[in-house]
Amino acid sequence: MTTLIILTILMIFGAIVALESKDILSGIISLGIIGFALTINFLLLKAPDLAIVQIIIETLTLIILIAAVLKTTREETVEKFGTQKVLLWAIGIIFIIVFVYSSVRIFNHLPEFGEQSLRMAKVYIDQGLTLTGAGNLVAAVILDFRGYDTLGEATVLFTSVVGVMAVLRKVGRKRS
Amino acid sequence: MRGMTLIVKQITNLMVPSILLLGIYVVLHGHLTPGGGFAGGVLIAGCFTLLILAYGSENIKSEAKKMQASLTESIGIFLFWFITIIGLLNGTYFFYNIIAKTNPGEPFKLFSAGIIPLCNIAIGIEVGAALFSIFITLAILKVGERL
Repeated sequence: MTTLIILTILMIFGAIVALESKDILSGIISLGIIGFALTINFLLLKAPDLAIVQIIIETLTLIILIAAVLKTTREETVEKFGTQKVLLWAIGIIFIIVFVYSSVRIFNHLPEFGEQSLRMAKVYIDQGLTLTGAGNLVAAVILDFRGYDTLGEATVLFTSVVGVMAVLRKVGRKRS
Repeated sequence: MRGMTLIVKQITNLMVPSILLLGIYVVLHGHLTPGGGFAGGVLIAGCFTLLILAYGSENIKSEAKKMQASLTESIGIFLFWFITIIGLLNGTYFFYNIIAKTNPGEPFKLFSAGIIPLCNIAIGIEVGAALFSIFITLAILKVGERL
């Protein structure tokens, strides 16, 4: 539990550095702190499936972002004016107060950390192997009990790739 | 995108077969060990991304590779949808695990759990090809070029 808290504080510091750094490349690299600390958090919470996906997606995203920065510019171009900055800080502080207040009220109603409160979760854990025959309970849930979700997710990925390839294509566009 | 130095190319030659093998293993054993179609597919896509980064995208026929990746992705999603309607074709309902009910197999063996490993393979093909086609589309796009 202590390790989790330390890693979460490290993630918050990484996010602040990524926001405040003047060089965009160092900002992106400190963004990597968040992803890799989250990977260790997933491993500590005994979720290796999520940890595998998180570490590979994080690496791929960092590569693509760094390639984009190296192709364009490393310096921050948008300058904010004085009054605009004050307004943004005020909005941010108000949002933080509202967020913390509502989270504290909601967290009082949640069950204890690590205890299951849903009856369906107990059924999945007890009878998952006998009902589906899959040794990995996560695979049993995402491809049998909750199969429609995975089907929709795969279709969403397909649609997004179709969109990317339609926007960034070279052929088929008339010169104006 | 230009290629990198000789050191990077040699390390890539050593690493790529192991990464590809790990990806295929994670996809095929998705119903037994942590992982599954999504994680294995991303691993396979990362392997091809590493090759493009090390050797550069100028020496390959990028447009043809992009079309191949797009076609592979379409085949993957089509396979997934086909597996889901196997149940309908056999007279039961949508997404029914008909193979596990008729021929269950031994638990914790590779050939078990019916359509779950088949779905994992289809998702692996789809996700790997999808992420790789996004990457190659961004890689062959040149900044400042008139579209």
